[in-house]
Amino acid sequence: MITTAQAIRIIEEMASIIQQNKDYLTELDMPIGDSDHGINLARGFQAVTTKLPALADKDMGTILKTVGMTLVSTVGGASGPLYGTAFMRASMKVPGKAEVDMVDFMAMLEAAIDGVKIRGKSIPGEKTMLDAMVPAMEALRAAEGQSPAQMLAAAHAAAQVGVEKTKAMVATKGRASYLGERSIGHQDPGATSFTLLLGVVASAVQEG
Amino acid sequence: MKKFINQVENVEQEMLEGIAKAHPGHLKRLPGYDVLVRAEKKTDKVALVSGGGSGHEPAHGGFVGKGMLDAAVAGAVFTSPTPDQIEAAIREVATPAGVLLIIKNYTGDVMNFEMAAEMAAMDGIPCAQVITNDDVAVQDSLYTTGRRGVAGTIFVHKIAGARAEQGASLEEVQAVAEKVIANVRTMGAAITPCTVPAAGKPGFELPEDEMEVGIGIHGEPGTHREKLAPADAIVDHLLEKILADIDYSGSEVAVLINGSGATPLMELYIINNHVADVLAARGIRVYKTLVGNYMTSIEMAGFSISLLRLDEELKALLDAPADTPAYKS
Repeated sequence: MITTAQAIRIIEEMASIIQQNKDYLTELDMPIGDSDHGINLARGFQAVTTKLPALADKDMGTILKTVGMTLVSTVGGASGPLYGTAFMRASMKVPGKAEVDMVDFMAMLEAAIDGVKIRGKSIPGEKTMLDAMVPAMEALRAAEGQSPAQMLAAAHAAAQVGVEKTKAMVATKGRASYLGERSIGHQDPGATSFTLLLGVVASAVQEG
Repeated sequence: MKKFINQVENVEQEMLEGIAKAHPGHLKRLPGYDVLVRAEKKTDKVALVSGGGSGHEPAHGGFVGKGMLDAAVAGAVFTSPTPDQIEAAIREVATPAGVLLIIKNYTGDVMNFEMAAEMAAMDGIPCAQVITNDDVAVQDSLYTTGRRGVAGTIFVHKIAGARAEQGASLEEVQAVAEKVIANVRTMGAAITPCTVPAAGKPGFELPEDEMEVGIGIHGEPGTHREKLAPADAIVDHLLEKILADIDYSGSEVAVLINGSGATPLMELYIINNHVADVLAARGIRVYKTLVGNYMTSIEMAGFSISLLRLDEELKALLDAPADTPAYKS
């Protein structure tokens, strides 16, 4: 489904979509966070792209682990450890692999979700990236048996619905939690950035 | 934005170099890292590592030295340092006695320090941690990440540092740090905002005649805004919140009147004048008072009051020798 060469192209595409949405993500972070989600994530993915040439002949596990470690050491704040943990946990599911299939991808996303839950001491419903990740995972399970492209499209759609639902949620984790009910009405930046990244995977597999 | 800086992106690096050049007797920069460590590595005691975003000077590098921290890690302005930087600090100062991490309760700080501790543990370095949460302005409930760690953290550095210097075990140093955390409370207010150099504009705006009450150390919102009042009235309000939170009656306390960066000492002393009077009237004895810039928010005009409830053990450790750029006793 996705070879290491495709994975590297997907990661490049992820970096570019984060760069394109840098200001948008930062604006989402302004009323409920500390106005740096887009800035920090763009800096991290920019650093990731400089590592990619050296990863061309590496296996899937090594590629994803390098992405995770680079994000952890360059993003800072809370999103660095969260995205870094997500990629590193996913990498542990595919050591040595040259290509991943849908079974692998589901195991990777599940591991990433578990990592984010533990690192962020968070559960779905708290207005975080989990509110896009978990619906995406559920949609993958519900669509099992369909083609990879259909499954990923369903997951992306579910994540988008999840993002929309964060608007009505009260934040109980992170800096937004200090606002309590004042956080209602604002869309969660982390759920939004995850959905952008998942969208890149979905459209890559669509084309393939 | 009007600041004495060169390039915005060099602010943290040039500051760290400047600190290292100013205090070679106390500390040095760990080459290649945004970490300040004691000039002479101690090998026979628990090592203390703290840190956080830059912009809080003299915290945290200013408290590196005898009787306080062994290493301080500096992130970008108001941004937590990353795990690789923290792990480098841990590895550099680690001793067989172990390492205690002192973390302020902010989501990013906690995650990055915990990841660093996990990485160090994989290398066989025993690490324990404490999380400070002294800010009474923020509700500690199921619905928030808990109270923020603010200026009261200085007392944790001082007292845990003194206990470590005595040769106590990691468990003992951690226990006394937890004891300080259980007994220290802080609340602040501000009248002007601060500008993160990379952002170029103030983090919030405040009308000329208003103040933000319960503000955090990054200029983040507090409990509410109100018309600026006389200093004594502001002190009354902050002390009321602090004294209602734990029972200080009949206790001896250490007082920290902390400046946020742009508050003149004149005003901090005016604040302390009333703090001392209120405490005396309540039968709370002031054992020691600190007045000055210990945990700042760049150029914010603001202050916080911290009260640490003392017992004989904490008094002795507070009085123990410390020799760092920003704290001596």
